[in-house]
Amino acid sequence: MDFRSSESPGSVEAAGPRSEDVLPETAAAAVKVVIVGGFGVGKTTLVGSVSEIRPLTTEETMTQAGVGVDDTAGVERKSTTTVAMDFGRISINDELVLYLFGTPGQERFWFLWRGLFEGALGAVVLVDTRRLEVSFDVIGRLEERSVPFVVAVNSFPDAPSYPLDELRGALDLPASVPIVECDARLRTSSRDVLMALMRYLQGLAVATTEAS
Amino acid sequence: MNSDGPHWDGGGPERLYVITGGRSGSSAKTTLDLVTLIVARSAPRPGMQPEQAAIVRICQRPLSVAEISAHLSLPVSVVTVLLSDLIADNRVFSRPPVPPAKLPDIALIEAVIDGLQKL
Repeated sequence: MDFRSSESPGSVEAAGPRSEDVLPETAAAAVKVVIVGGFGVGKTTLVGSVSEIRPLTTEETMTQAGVGVDDTAGVERKSTTTVAMDFGRISINDELVLYLFGTPGQERFWFLWRGLFEGALGAVVLVDTRRLEVSFDVIGRLEERSVPFVVAVNSFPDAPSYPLDELRGALDLPASVPIVECDARLRTSSRDVLMALMRYLQGLAVATTEAS
Repeated sequence: MNSDGPHWDGGGPERLYVITGGRSGSSAKTTLDLVTLIVARSAPRPGMQPEQAAIVRICQRPLSVAEISAHLSLPVSVVTVLLSDLIADNRVFSRPPVPPAKLPDIALIEAVIDGLQKL
């Protein structure tokens, strides 16, 4: 292994954010919302349509020896897979920033980014009516982790359309959990999905406050 | 990889191992979250490790850990190690996310609703 490789001049040429994508100096804290769904369900489309920056990608490497293995010694002998997660950003006001992370539905990926769900305001389960079974698993896992979520049905032109009540039944969704339709390509529609989550969280927060 | 992002030669695990001096993100004593905002205290100094200099350079204004990872094309676990050193050396400081213990916070949720309504 060549330990001098990282010292070669000019090896790091990260462009950094474009000038129009720079956060104000006053940005004091951030919150996050996780968009969960199966492959091709439109997570990145939703993130991109409502984000103020072009969606960015963060990658994490996963060794086949097992996720959650902290020991990097001998890592060169393990085969590695790169898993990507797209995310976007919305400046809520001068001080508060909301980040949206689109993550695969498989739980084994969730551990790659520590704290992905810890501290998240909540989650959006993005559903494709052609592949409901994927969403079924995701919903179960979020319930286990006590992550508050809403369900958004992304309306694909060629996907069968069902009444929301029917989908609620098919997904075994509690009556309290909101389910909304959306077109992830549209900024206003994606915004309304986030709004549905926030209204739901607002209701939960009020209930919690009144109970205590 | 991003076709228009920075190009890395040999982006395999060996290179990441070199950058972090063999440490993994999990062993670093840190509470950095994906959305912890990082702000540089000064400009990069000559002689800094290239990756750390790049972080200091792009964090002249607040930037989240996730964005640093994306702009540098480095895994979050690696960025976390680099940031821990930069914080220890007083090169950057962090603005932690709203702590989970405060959730659900009605005022916070209402602030987000107000912000979304303006979109």
